[in-house]
Amino acid sequence: MSIMEYNGGSVVAMVGKDCVAIASDLRLGNQALGISSNFQKIFPVTDRIYLGLPGLATDVTTLRERFRFRVNMYTIKEEREIEPETFAHLVSSTLYEHRFGPYFIEPVIAGISKTPSGGVKPFIAATDLIGCLNFAKDFVVAGTASSKLFGVAEGLWEPDLEPEDLFETISQTLLNAVDRDAYSGWGGIVHVITKDKVVTRTLKGRMD
Amino acid sequence: MNSFAERFSTTTAASHMRNAQKLAEEDDEFDGTMWGSSAGFGSIAKGVPSFTVPAVADPTAFLRLHTDDHADPSCRIKIQHGTTTLAFRFQGGVIVAVDSRATAGSYIASGTVKKVIEINPYLLGTMAGGAADCQYWETYLGMHCRLHELRNRERISVSAASKYLSNLVYSYKGMGLSMGTMICGWDKTGPAVFYVDSDGTRLKGDLFSVGSGSTFAYGVLDQGYRWDLTDEEAQELGRRSIYAAGHRDAFSGNSCNLYHVKEDGWKFIGNYDISKLHYDGPGNVPGSDGRPYGYDIRVEGLSSTNAPEVAAAA
Repeated sequence: MSIMEYNGGSVVAMVGKDCVAIASDLRLGNQALGISSNFQKIFPVTDRIYLGLPGLATDVTTLRERFRFRVNMYTIKEEREIEPETFAHLVSSTLYEHRFGPYFIEPVIAGISKTPSGGVKPFIAATDLIGCLNFAKDFVVAGTASSKLFGVAEGLWEPDLEPEDLFETISQTLLNAVDRDAYSGWGGIVHVITKDKVVTRTLKGRMD
Repeated sequence: MNSFAERFSTTTAASHMRNAQKLAEEDDEFDGTMWGSSAGFGSIAKGVPSFTVPAVADPTAFLRLHTDDHADPSCRIKIQHGTTTLAFRFQGGVIVAVDSRATAGSYIASGTVKKVIEINPYLLGTMAGGAADCQYWETYLGMHCRLHELRNRERISVSAASKYLSNLVYSYKGMGLSMGTMICGWDKTGPAVFYVDSDGTRLKGDLFSVGSGSTFAYGVLDQGYRWDLTDEEAQELGRRSIYAAGHRDAFSGNSCNLYHVKEDGWKFIGNYDISKLHYDGPGNVPGSDGRPYGYDIRVEGLSSTNAPEVAAAA
């Protein structure tokens, strides 16, 4: 019995043209038994940063609160919103603080950062459960369906997708990957982040 | 008393068998090894098929070390860990319903497995445990049911067929066979269901469910089961029970295969996508009110906490 597979669940994030998307399934399980089909594991950090927390459900709740606290402290001290790159390092160091007794979560970060010239730069990152950062230029995956997500994403993703096409790509990737994973599924949710808005849609997925 | 006469007779089934065996012995120069393999069911004339066994002092202990059974679930020679199968007897015959998912660990290896084995037009077997074990031995059982027909000029009873299988798997006890099956059919006594597993258990009963999703299936089955169910009600109950297991159990799902055994043999009723059952129901089939099976879809708008969804996302 793996503790990373105790509750199930998966997250994927992808880069597009001046936009990013992050998606997850909605299952909460107790090993083979499905408990809930409305368990959120993606949370907004700022207007432009979303954080996905697949893994052990009890740690999803704990870490969400912990990151909310630390981001609030950062905002108060710095008197500005945190940037995605900075937040990724905050996630990393928070997890490494528990190097010898980790949270069983593999976070995925998706956001849009501002460049000094006033433009925007899409940003995604993922870490392992003790905070090793992985800055990818294309897509990142995590959770019980990660190996399947890699396979589908590798086949579907292409550079410079517009927000609508990125939504289609990430949705198809998620839906088709979780259909091959026993511990993920039971519906899905997608957030597409652009420079001036975030579009959130729930997906109708297989219920078995 | 008859055995003495039979031994020297030239017209009985036994004498034909003797002749066939003699011929087979003469045919020894063309034995399995010469053809490159002795796979398959062997020669019926020679009796049971033979298998190569690990060349060690204690093959049983060796197999236990490397084959997945109760002792060591981490070994994975077998797939088909999760399954839901059910069969029940009622006034109108036997209903057999199964899911179609095959998993290897958390990976869903297939969603289109046939877990009902059609032994002959009057007998069905279900598959849980080792897929290959069930498939092979139930096909083999079919051959012997046919031989029984030829020898005795009448169809084998479900009881005898299931006992043949249970004695057979018992003779391999400890060698790592893994099967939990229901042998279902219609014979002189009427509809019959027998549960047979690789431990050697053989049980007669009205209602069985086997596999990781069996608890969920039993939940629906028990509350809806009556002896005097109509054919349509019974089929709907089987479908509904497999849906429940496919929905809640991570290792069951994809689709439901439904069979109905009546006096004139079994009939395949249909294949139903479990996700479609959840969102849309089974469609226009007898026994169903056509409503979706899914809880929140079925009760949408019927309570204050479950208001209709505002606008479904594109």
